[in-house]
Amino acid sequence: MKRFWVLFFLLVPIFGTGLFVVAPHYHWWFPYGNESASPIGQQIDGLFNLTLAITGLTFVATQLVLVWVLWKCAKATDTEGKATFVHGSHNLEAIWTIIPSGILLFIALVQLPVVANIRVKSRFPEGANLAPIAEVTARQFEWRIRYPSKESSASFKTEADVVDWLKNPRPDDLYAVNELHVPSGRPVQIRLRSGDTQHAFFVPELRVKQDAVPGLIIPVWFEIIDNKPYQTKFKGVSYEFLCAELCGWGHYKMKALLISQPEEEFEAFLDRLKEEQFFDGFAKHRTETK
Amino acid sequence: MSTLQPVQDSAALEHEAHGHPQLGFVRKYIFSTDHKVIGIQFLITTLITMAVGGALALGVRWQLAFPWQSMPIAGGLFKQMGGQITPEFYTMLFTMHATVMIFLVIIPILAGAFGNFLIPLMIGADDMAFPKLNMMSYWFLWPAIACFGISFFVDGGPAAGWTSYPVLSALSEAAPGSGWAQTWWLLGVTFIGFSSMFGSINYLTTIINMRAPGMTLFRMPLTIWGMFITAILQAFALPVLTAAGFMLVADRLFGTCFFVPSGIVVNNAAPTVGGGQPLLWQHLFWFYSHPAVYIMLLPAMGMVSDMLSCMCRKPVFGYKPMVFSMSAIAGLGFTVWGHHMFTSGMNPALGMTFMISTIMIALPSAIKTFNWIGTIWGGRPQFNTVFLNSVAFVSMFIIGGLSGIFMASVPVDIYFHDTYFIVAHFHYILFGSTLFGVFGAIYFWFPKMFGRLMNDTLGKIHFALSFIGFNITFYPMHILGIAGMPRRYADPYIHPYLNHLMDMNRFMTMGALLMGFAQLLLWFNFFYSMFKGKKCGRNPWNANGLEWSAPSPPPHGNFEEIPIVYRGPYEYSSPFSGDKDYLMQTEYKPVDVRRQEAAIHDHSEGHDDNEQDDNEQDDNEQDDNEQDDNEHDES
Repeated sequence: MKRFWVLFFLLVPIFGTGLFVVAPHYHWWFPYGNESASPIGQQIDGLFNLTLAITGLTFVATQLVLVWVLWKCAKATDTEGKATFVHGSHNLEAIWTIIPSGILLFIALVQLPVVANIRVKSRFPEGANLAPIAEVTARQFEWRIRYPSKESSASFKTEADVVDWLKNPRPDDLYAVNELHVPSGRPVQIRLRSGDTQHAFFVPELRVKQDAVPGLIIPVWFEIIDNKPYQTKFKGVSYEFLCAELCGWGHYKMKALLISQPEEEFEAFLDRLKEEQFFDGFAKHRTETK
Repeated sequence: MSTLQPVQDSAALEHEAHGHPQLGFVRKYIFSTDHKVIGIQFLITTLITMAVGGALALGVRWQLAFPWQSMPIAGGLFKQMGGQITPEFYTMLFTMHATVMIFLVIIPILAGAFGNFLIPLMIGADDMAFPKLNMMSYWFLWPAIACFGISFFVDGGPAAGWTSYPVLSALSEAAPGSGWAQTWWLLGVTFIGFSSMFGSINYLTTIINMRAPGMTLFRMPLTIWGMFITAILQAFALPVLTAAGFMLVADRLFGTCFFVPSGIVVNNAAPTVGGGQPLLWQHLFWFYSHPAVYIMLLPAMGMVSDMLSCMCRKPVFGYKPMVFSMSAIAGLGFTVWGHHMFTSGMNPALGMTFMISTIMIALPSAIKTFNWIGTIWGGRPQFNTVFLNSVAFVSMFIIGGLSGIFMASVPVDIYFHDTYFIVAHFHYILFGSTLFGVFGAIYFWFPKMFGRLMNDTLGKIHFALSFIGFNITFYPMHILGIAGMPRRYADPYIHPYLNHLMDMNRFMTMGALLMGFAQLLLWFNFFYSMFKGKKCGRNPWNANGLEWSAPSPPPHGNFEEIPIVYRGPYEYSSPFSGDKDYLMQTEYKPVDVRRQEAAIHDHSEGHDDNEQDDNEQDDNEQDDNEQDDNEHDES
């Protein structure tokens, strides 16, 4: 009976590693295949894999040691006697303090450059460190996108210009709901706001997440290297994004699309959006003269 | 009650000299100031609230397995909706599941039930330092239960998660359940805070001041160390939550704007006047709630050490490293709260410092795990219910602790925050570790509480079914997190990238149902054995602690005479115990034998610099003991 229980605990490392081994085959892994469509996302995946390797090894090793120790105990109680009377070991304590410290410190230090690249504003790459592609406002229960017009974009020379645009919407701004278009192949930046409660901008395939905090305007940058099929409906590649901070009863239904397009298509999209928004019923050639 | 002057009279006699007459039923069992009665009151109450919290979780699991379908049995509650859970009701379900489990189950069962029952018994005191305060600590649980209960039925229940982030929780227009329900919820948290605070003051005073003669700090069982350090955590962390709670109530009722920025328009309400910061709530809340998770872990760690040592018939491996590790976890625990806020928009420099401290806190936990394995190694355990649950603690703690490293890393947490990976992690710690530890503790100390044994076969079946059900429910959540499934979603499957996860969620719900119904075995075993369990004597486990030298159940005043402590609590299989494989803390041995004991103890811990102190102490005890050598009872 004792050995039954030892084998019972052996099921833990068996099923534990087993599930992680088969999961990618069943697509129970990162969304739509493993590689992130964003370079930073790939760095995050690299860190995840490193952590998985270290913790996975530790998991298997400690669980197997535990089971082995239990097995020895089961065997020991087959005969009479007393247990091993020992209170500890200085040497073992030193070993299993210093080695894990080293490993943990390594894990911590290896993260720091990636954290800085994602979050520290002075390290945002060229093209994403000043002018945003759009202002994304999360509200109950949708995403409101506001693009600056081409004139506004051209006028963004300093942070003050951007803040002015953020605080004072202009008549020629372009609006959309639940669909955010960005140019692919280069770093882009959005400014994230909340219209009411807390929300979070989460693009799983890019490994991007940032809370939208009422009262704050937060810059978020990312770069997309398309690795999925092009969709003619949008003339781009679509990525899903959704809300990742409880914002009310409709938290689950803030479904939206991020469409990444080559630069020319993106410009064409903005033109089309402008045309739709400003079409005043008169002949088409009037808007085309712009 | 000084530890320096052992009184000759028996503790029970001295207690009678206080002159209270025989108590009526109400004073003895309902409004009792006896720590044992209060401990059992906490235990029974929390076993019932555990059922409530579990039922709420089953509602959550039902929705995730069969979204928008009519719930069996409980569907009758929603007749007007056709038996479906509405999205608002779903937010209430997960909010109250967490609230009930954290505030009304885990914290009261660890500190209130086991802390209360065990502390005086294990340190050799006749009761707590402040018995009336102790009684109030239990009775403040009921206003908390009432407030949470009322919030259920008002406006459909609180809907801001147990984390209650403003602006959602601050403005009533933000959610249907953000009206009076949220305010009642905050009142409930305040009452439970008082209950915890009273307990914490009591435990600290009792442990510092009321230890029996010879019970030095480093002869205390690890259970007491766990309770002691937990009480310190509660004392320092709770006031911050209480203050934050008052500020939020003020925002809701008195028009202050601590957490509400200006210009916010929710649901077409008038724009807020503002001036506040939502992030402030997060800092204040997590400053308490992170130490809270260690409050929900340390007592169980201590109890598991005691149970493993007793079951394996050998000393705890590395007693002092265990004490220092628990202290390090508690101390570091105050410096890591920001890891709940990595994506919140706080300063990235803060993110980096919180990341370092969070990753380092894995270290003492790892040390403890190795020491538990070291305790089992070379042991001679009976594979009974107590032992199985304690081993499960260690095994599940390994998983929960390792998964924490992923979310301690900021870049990886950017992906995992608010996904099911987090849910997996904390359930492996709170249920897989703490709750299995609590199950073991129930089976272990039940004989002391009631003088009867619980049924071991039923206990093993309960363990096996709970363990299997638990792992089926929560292990796949790691995978769901990797797949990017967010938390708190009533219907994740409307998002194409999550569509294929429904089957896995259904399988997990089956596991949850198995795990839920397995608890019926525990309740049946508990309540049946209270009256019909096999009777046992003082020390059915042949254990060393002071509590096992008192009768089962102990009378008012606990010990017939004040115990005198000669050694630590883990001298199992000692060469000085003769044929027995245990050597109780209170068992008298002549001074020269005790000097040899001390020498071996220090030597086998790897150092012999304590010999001096032990000898001096032995001499003092010898003077005190010489008078009652003849009368000394060897039990």
